[in-house]
Amino acid sequence: MTEFVFWFVAALTIMSAAFVVLNNQLIYSAVALLFTLFGIAGLYVFLWADFIAGIQILVYVGGILVLVIFGIMLTNKIRSVRISHKSIQQGVGGVIAFWFFIFLFIALSKAPWAASAAVEPSGTVREIGILLLTDFLLPFEIISVLLLGALIGAAVLSRGEA
Amino acid sequence: MHSLDSYLFISAMLFCLGIFGVITRRNAIAVLMGVELILNAANINFVAFSKFNGMNLDGHIFGLLVIVLAAAEAAVALAIIINIYNNMNTINVDDAAGLKQ
Repeated sequence: MTEFVFWFVAALTIMSAAFVVLNNQLIYSAVALLFTLFGIAGLYVFLWADFIAGIQILVYVGGILVLVIFGIMLTNKIRSVRISHKSIQQGVGGVIAFWFFIFLFIALSKAPWAASAAVEPSGTVREIGILLLTDFLLPFEIISVLLLGALIGAAVLSRGEA
Repeated sequence: MHSLDSYLFISAMLFCLGIFGVITRRNAIAVLMGVELILNAANINFVAFSKFNGMNLDGHIFGLLVIVLAAAEAAVALAIIINIYNNMNTINVDDAAGLKQ
């Protein structure tokens, strides 16, 4: 049963990601991206990363996707839901992406990964919190300052000529 | 149970789909969606290696930082895209390739 759910989530993720890059309506791409991000959150659950899965849904689905849809609506003269956008050079791009995938596939199936077993933790939030305020305090502070800078920068950029 | 290889396989597919999107799309927002796919593929790898390395949580921290960076990147990129649209009336990345109008 777990196996079936895993492969269902994986197939949902991959197929909606393919829909994101292949179909011709911008809004439909954004909605397909929603399913991809949800599928990735599901994969995180299978990887015992409950906190990351929650953050994925909060930040990506609740934040970034809404931003993307705002962006679509602000940069098109909306007449209908079908905002078409063309792709170019799909042949060349497909060949490059395909051969890159073959390369990655050969590399990752030949590499001897040193996997070590682990027991399933009861939750990761506590450990992540402790790590963030001990071993990773400096990266945590740097990313906070960077996020503040990015927010101020985005606000200044989108205010226009004021 | 599914192995490390299946996760790496899924994330390699996502990565290549993201590359394909970035190469072929000409709408700047669609290019941004391709970049999001690439970032998510990298993130799956971080968390997967974290689990199969004895549940070492360092990978989770890296995943968190990547998600925060993606949020910052999306906010700044969309602000820039809206500015480009206001100035040039298009967000086709080929038409907006010049540094000044």
